[in-house]
Amino acid sequence: MSFERAGSVVNVHGVDIEVDIRGSGAPILILPSEEAWEADLPFIDELAKTRKVVIAYPPGFGRSARPDWVTHPDDHAYVMLDLVERLDLRDAALVGFSLGGWIAAEMATKDDSRFSKLILVDAFGVKLGGPTDVDIQDVWVQHPAKVAALKWADPEKGVRDFSSWPDAALTIVARNMESFARFCWEPYMHNPKLRHRLHRIGVPTHVIWGEKDGVVTPAYGKAYAGLISGATFETIAGAGHFPQVEQPAAFARALSAALA
Amino acid sequence: MYAWHFTEMPYPNLPPLDTLSTMRVSIPSKLFDPKIGADLYNRYLDEHMLADDLGLNMLLNEHHQTATCINTCAPLSAAVLARQTSKGRICILGNPIANRGDPIRIAEEMAMIDCISRGRLDVGFVRGVPYEVFAANSNPTQTVERLWEGIDLVSKAWTSTEGPFNFEGKYTHKRAINLWPRPYQTPHPAIWITGSSDLENIKRAASRGFVFATFLQPHEKVKWMFEGYRSAYQDTGLPGGGGTAYMPLVFTADSDAEAERGARELCWYLDAKAEPQFRNPPGYVPVEFNVQALKGAFTGRTDAMRKQSLEFLKDQGVIIYGKPDDVAQQIKRLYNLVGGFDHLLMMQQAGHLDHKSTARSMTLFAKEVYPQVKDLPRTRPLGAVAAE
Repeated sequence: MSFERAGSVVNVHGVDIEVDIRGSGAPILILPSEEAWEADLPFIDELAKTRKVVIAYPPGFGRSARPDWVTHPDDHAYVMLDLVERLDLRDAALVGFSLGGWIAAEMATKDDSRFSKLILVDAFGVKLGGPTDVDIQDVWVQHPAKVAALKWADPEKGVRDFSSWPDAALTIVARNMESFARFCWEPYMHNPKLRHRLHRIGVPTHVIWGEKDGVVTPAYGKAYAGLISGATFETIAGAGHFPQVEQPAAFARALSAALA
Repeated sequence: MYAWHFTEMPYPNLPPLDTLSTMRVSIPSKLFDPKIGADLYNRYLDEHMLADDLGLNMLLNEHHQTATCINTCAPLSAAVLARQTSKGRICILGNPIANRGDPIRIAEEMAMIDCISRGRLDVGFVRGVPYEVFAANSNPTQTVERLWEGIDLVSKAWTSTEGPFNFEGKYTHKRAINLWPRPYQTPHPAIWITGSSDLENIKRAASRGFVFATFLQPHEKVKWMFEGYRSAYQDTGLPGGGGTAYMPLVFTADSDAEAERGARELCWYLDAKAEPQFRNPPGYVPVEFNVQALKGAFTGRTDAMRKQSLEFLKDQGVIIYGKPDDVAQQIKRLYNLVGGFDHLLMMQQAGHLDHKSTARSMTLFAKEVYPQVKDLPRTRPLGAVAAE
């Protein structure tokens, strides 16, 4: 998908999933962020020159269905694993951004047999501190201006001028925002069980983080990586929660190095 | 027509409003002085007791983490009034069942208050306004489903008298529901529900015989909602008949000048401030509304009303004020404009409006206005007579 161009639909055990498949070669499965910036970024087409890139939208995002029984990223992980089987992806690199990173981590704890690598970018998913520690800044209870300052090294980069967007595209934006809350409201942006399952991940894992991410800080990212055996960690300078948007060139270099 | 006295029980003793970014959710409690709070609670309960003496009914609601309403536990104030009053009906409008999480506890509280009051309780249920989801931490995308599952469960609990039943719904699981006490009224107290734009919700309320209530809306929209409610009875063939309720701000005075002063005081309620993130949490309104919001076209009901003049609000029936005959005339006009209604819910106190002014307005209404409108015919859903 980009917002205006629909991908194709794959029915996975009764759930319609939107996938955007580009190029051919060694497969990469990309799970976008809740804000779905990724499909329109140049690094995707760059990757597609030598690889098969599969951008898949979890239930409730993009044009994918949202069945009632899917209530949590733990459920998304099962649907996405079913999709991997359905598309018969093997030795795939699994790359997840933000919420997509959380879902990717959940998937890898359940079954990593079809993956060659796991790459997490500013992922949500674990809680590290106690009840009054704010591990993940609350993006819903704080003033939008403050949230923008937490999300972006340069908040101007996060401004999308929706006034010129067609309703069909805005419907996807609005539904993505709704689904994000539906699945991540409570427990806020994490699965209390995930940190106790991360040891099950056996594929080489690399974690990429925006150096100025104020929603989930690099310290959080580093600790998250520390829970995955052998995981490596790097930061991207001059970027917040979406380094792929704010520093596309530096991000693309980091990603290709991690995929090599 | 039934008349109800209402106040949100505000705590108006705040620093200048232009120095506050919000009156809701995140306003620090150091701004609440418990001694002033004690005076206010007792004063507002006294005014409800005055309403009872004057022949008016008593309407209560609750909100959380806000200076606009310190009645955080409406069942507590209803319990006080159940014991301290003797004539008027008491309605909680309503129990935030989607936010409270345990419908059975609500069923028990209502049954107990109904018994203490000897059957004077009406029980409202509300989904809760947007900013309430933060205090309750309820998922804003699920509150409609929680509301209706909760109402169904409470109704079943009230009316199941042969011993325990189990319930395994989407949001509530209980293994041995067996209510003691059951309600004083049989089969159970009248149920009320609120709404503002969701026609499906309104029809659902009508088809179950619930009273449908709406607040502070332009009269054309009120008419649209009430007509939807009335026609739903015929459409569904189900036992409608609860009735309709509308809430304006109401101030009755001895002079025009005094009436306008009181009306302006009541408008404090419309000026209540909240930071933008509290007004439209994700998923609270349907996707179509948020598409409009992304374009900047949807800013919410209160914002639209806040910008209007007193005269405009009066013309729309959002605020009713004047000398007693003027107030009666405005109520009759509104009644005719919206196709009639059954319950006049009067916010007769808001903001800094003091006890003396509030009591005078209530008294003038009860003695000089209410006799002029009391006998306006109840509007039953179409075909209700035939059903009986």
